[in-house]
Amino acid sequence: MKHFSISFIVGGGLSVLFLMGALLSFFWTPYDVELLNIKGKFASPGLEHLMGTDHFGRDILSMVMVGTRNAIAVSLIAVGIGATIGVPLGLWAAATCMNGSRLIDELLMRGNDLIFAFPSLLLAILITAVFGPSIINAIIAIGIFNIPVFARISRGAALSIWPKEYISAARVAGKGVSRISYEHILPNILNLLIVQATIQFSIAIIAEASLSYVGLGSQPPNPSLGRMLNEAQTMIFFAPWLAYFPGGVIVALVLGFNLMGDGIRDLLDPKLRQKSITGKVSNDAS
Amino acid sequence: MTLLKVKDFSLSINDEIILHNINMEIKAGKVLAIVGESGSGKSMMSSAIINLLPQGAKLKGKILLNNDNLLDKSEREMCLHRMNDLGMIFQEPMTALNPLETIGTQIMEAIKLTNPKIRYKDLLKKAELILERVEMDKNRFPLNTYPHKLSGGQRQRVVIAIALSQNPKLLIADEPTTALDVTTQAKIMKLLMKLVKDYGIGIILVSHDLAVVADLADHIVIMRKGKVVEQGDTKTFFKSMKHSYSKQLFDAAKHKLYEKNITVGSEVLLEVLNLTKEYNLANKKPLKAVNNVSFTLNRGENLGLVGESGCGKSTLARCILGLEKFSKGKIHIAGRPFYGQKELRRCINVVFQDPFGSFNPRHTVERLVAEPFYVLKKPLTTFEKRVKVLRMLKLVGLGDGDLKKYPHEFSGGQRQRIAIARALITEPDIILLDESTSALDVIIRTQILDLLRDLTKKLGISYLFISHDLTTVKNITNRVLVMKDGVIVEEGLTAEIYKNPKHHYTKSLIEASPDITRAIKSKEENNNENTL
Repeated sequence: MKHFSISFIVGGGLSVLFLMGALLSFFWTPYDVELLNIKGKFASPGLEHLMGTDHFGRDILSMVMVGTRNAIAVSLIAVGIGATIGVPLGLWAAATCMNGSRLIDELLMRGNDLIFAFPSLLLAILITAVFGPSIINAIIAIGIFNIPVFARISRGAALSIWPKEYISAARVAGKGVSRISYEHILPNILNLLIVQATIQFSIAIIAEASLSYVGLGSQPPNPSLGRMLNEAQTMIFFAPWLAYFPGGVIVALVLGFNLMGDGIRDLLDPKLRQKSITGKVSNDAS
Repeated sequence: MTLLKVKDFSLSINDEIILHNINMEIKAGKVLAIVGESGSGKSMMSSAIINLLPQGAKLKGKILLNNDNLLDKSEREMCLHRMNDLGMIFQEPMTALNPLETIGTQIMEAIKLTNPKIRYKDLLKKAELILERVEMDKNRFPLNTYPHKLSGGQRQRVVIAIALSQNPKLLIADEPTTALDVTTQAKIMKLLMKLVKDYGIGIILVSHDLAVVADLADHIVIMRKGKVVEQGDTKTFFKSMKHSYSKQLFDAAKHKLYEKNITVGSEVLLEVLNLTKEYNLANKKPLKAVNNVSFTLNRGENLGLVGESGCGKSTLARCILGLEKFSKGKIHIAGRPFYGQKELRRCINVVFQDPFGSFNPRHTVERLVAEPFYVLKKPLTTFEKRVKVLRMLKLVGLGDGDLKKYPHEFSGGQRQRIAIARALITEPDIILLDESTSALDVIIRTQILDLLRDLTKKLGISYLFISHDLTTVKNITNRVLVMKDGVIVEEGLTAEIYKNPKHHYTKSLIEASPDITRAIKSKEENNNENTL
């Protein structure tokens, strides 16, 4: 029986809560997010509007729900893009590094460094500025600065698997580099990648919020947490709830995924698992 | 005088019984050997004496050091005992020293603990003296040497020096030579014996191999599953031993010579011609790991390749397997040049040394054993594969139920059986055994060796057995190559080389390899001298 750490329980709980809220917004929100109600503007949080209304009288709770949905969708797709391009690149680099020709490895990793050299948010702003602000471009921008992260981490992990004897055994069996990478290397570095993905996910949430804060993310009337914060800025002194709720949701969302990532790492990392009686660390990672 | 007495000692960790009712006794200036397989509790026993146990340990009974019960001591008092009376030598010399500190600093640190007010000049002198005691020349190994410049044997000497620096009364050596080459092992053992003789230190020698300790120990304790199976004075022990497990250990340690009546075919399966493998080192001339090596392996032949670690035998194996590109020379398999192409891969397979590292931990046994099928031209169906895997598992002594298990569910010996199954599944002509039994306990080792011999005979497979241990090779090959520094220095029939070695290196290898019959004989002679 595995013992779940507190961070896993808290983080997992928060993440599941937000995921449920986001899923619910597909079918039902308390009010229509595009419905303007000028008469009921700046209503404080109360029974009718749990989180109050904004300067157009839109329901904040509904907007937060849809905004969370957008943030999660953008981050999920962006991290997915980063992983599906970055991981194969990293595996390829490791394989060429271990089998003689280091040229491809060098080229790939220096290309990586080039992307790394740009501040990630600046790069995202650059891309959306060139191709126009839209939710698709935000996804692509966040995805691109995720690629080198995954490439580098999978290359490093793969390099530690390559010298193992079971890789030699697979090569003796005649298996090629790509097959070995897929069959033997990838499953053994997967837990590392999952942990990294949760961390990248929370970074992507912030990136999405930042992009829409400067107006380069999803466009109105589609609600987004970052833009809600931007709009709240001028009204923060007489309607502070406009900033509290979207800001709080961003913090809780990022915290939840970070904690869950830590928890997953503790669960999967054999070094951190309970030590056996002999004091040796159990060496399987199933 | 009794130095240490263990009385009715039991140990349990998290309510699991590890040691049960142990009694033993060691006198000053004598050697006590604890022998047993891995998991027998022998290492736990030695850790218990020095009280370095994992959390959750519950102790019962008494461990008396000079009639003073160590189990009643607080951690603070125990520290003093560890400082003044007890010394410990660990198995792995590669990790027992701090790589960032010079050997001098590490020895002096230990001296300073017992003698905090010592002047720096005296400290230096004392450290040099201690290094001399472990036969480390101060001109070759000054105090400011870093551990990475030393070989395994030299590091183990430094570890012993550190243990000695506090003038211990009792030295606990937990498999001190298991990680070392045979020739180095013999030297370290000799050094330990000198310490016993010259300084009257008592030594507890923990080992899995009866042959290693038979020569040195005054008293032998055989342990199994946390219990003392049998113990006695070495002089009489081998004659009077009664327990079947002791006998089993004894038989395993007594290597038989390989039966000679095998038929070697004339067909050449593997031919290595003037093979050279060079490594380019920065700012130095290239290192020839394998230097102009030529040999052949005929059908039905069992060839051995012996040499110390670093002599290039594993590099040679990797070249033959097509895992490493070689600089010069040729390799022919079944008469065709081999450079790693798939068609010839089928003819050759390998069993590696490490039973833990040679399997992908995420694959089932079925998938692991079936992996070499990939090399076949015509792919098999899942059903055909399963039938073949099952048949092979049965041949190596595993059951149908093991098909869906994962490697971590097996012991070292069982894993090596799976590795053999994987190597044999495509019915290759040649298998390479790269130290395939070095990581195993002696009894398991003989079982695996017997299995290999029977199976290869039954299936008509030739093998190249690579080992650092001449006695293992003697047991299982009919021809042997001796390798040193990348060159083959001697070649011939195993029985002949063993009886009549020509090269001085081969001679030193044979002399250094532990031999239990020889050890018993010398013990008896000593005994007779003493009584005369």
